[in-house]
Amino acid sequence: MNGAVLVSTFFAAAIEVIEMVAIVVSVGVARSWRASLVGAAGGLLVLTVLVAVLGTALRDVPLRPVRLVVGALLLVFGLQWFRKGVFRVARDGWSVGQGDEDVDPADVGPDRFDWTGFVLSFKGVSLEGLEVAVIVVAFGTAAHAVGSAVIGAAGAVLVLGLVGATTYRLVARIPRRALQLFVGAMLTTFGTFWSGQGLSVRWPGDELSLAWLAAGYVAVGLLLIPQARRWRDQAGARLGGEHLAGGAVR
Amino acid sequence: MIVLRGLRAFVVFWVDFIIGDDWTVAATVVAALAGTWGLHHVHAAAWWLLPLAVVIITTISVRRTVRRDARQR
Repeated sequence: MNGAVLVSTFFAAAIEVIEMVAIVVSVGVARSWRASLVGAAGGLLVLTVLVAVLGTALRDVPLRPVRLVVGALLLVFGLQWFRKGVFRVARDGWSVGQGDEDVDPADVGPDRFDWTGFVLSFKGVSLEGLEVAVIVVAFGTAAHAVGSAVIGAAGAVLVLGLVGATTYRLVARIPRRALQLFVGAMLTTFGTFWSGQGLSVRWPGDELSLAWLAAGYVAVGLLLIPQARRWRDQAGARLGGEHLAGGAVR
Repeated sequence: MIVLRGLRAFVVFWVDFIIGDDWTVAATVVAALAGTWGLHHVHAAAWWLLPLAVVIITTISVRRTVRRDARQR
């Protein structure tokens, strides 16, 4: 057992696993647990097959194109949620829609499997899982201690998975409108970061830029809410004036 | 017939996933990605373009949606 490899793999993998768990929990709470968990299981299955087939050749898998495609898809979808969240909070207030799986009928039809939630979780788990697998192979083969690297990464998945499983009820208490805004900001953050990485962008602070990107997007969302109310009032006043002017002409 | 229906549902799903109800958002993301690639290609700092594009298109799209909603009410 190589303790140094085990600890360094644990922490390196933990960064990726945090992102994985955050996506699965957010999609589960905001859309559908069934779709999110099936998506996560699908992602793990694909990952297992990849690891079994490629083995140590995983090191040669080009991660940049994968990050670019997954990041761009998360970015466009996250933006849809982000702007809908801003618009709906501005229109309906913060407290509308509280509950575990209170999914908007406009987003998912009744009694239908939520394929969007499935795809989001699947992509998050398969991309982050692939990065964890690459870390294991890189750390493990460099020090000739693949077993220790596997235990370190498995420990990160176990510990952070448990954290996600025990804290999801706190996330579920957030009203759906607010959740849509924050999850949208989070998916947009991951999408921005990964697609940038896919294009070889050097983010200031590397992985830490996830924090300032998320903080910046949430701040923009919060600033846009009162502004959207002002736009709505201005539009209403203008339309009211047009109606009055039309009535006077008639 | 079933295959065609499945294919159509598949295409509709991805169009909805990527484009949604405002195609200008997806178009802006594609343009910003291309711009980022271009900046990186000429060895200029490129990290700022994607976040800036996100903020601008979110603001424009929310404004457009609010005005459309006010007209429909």
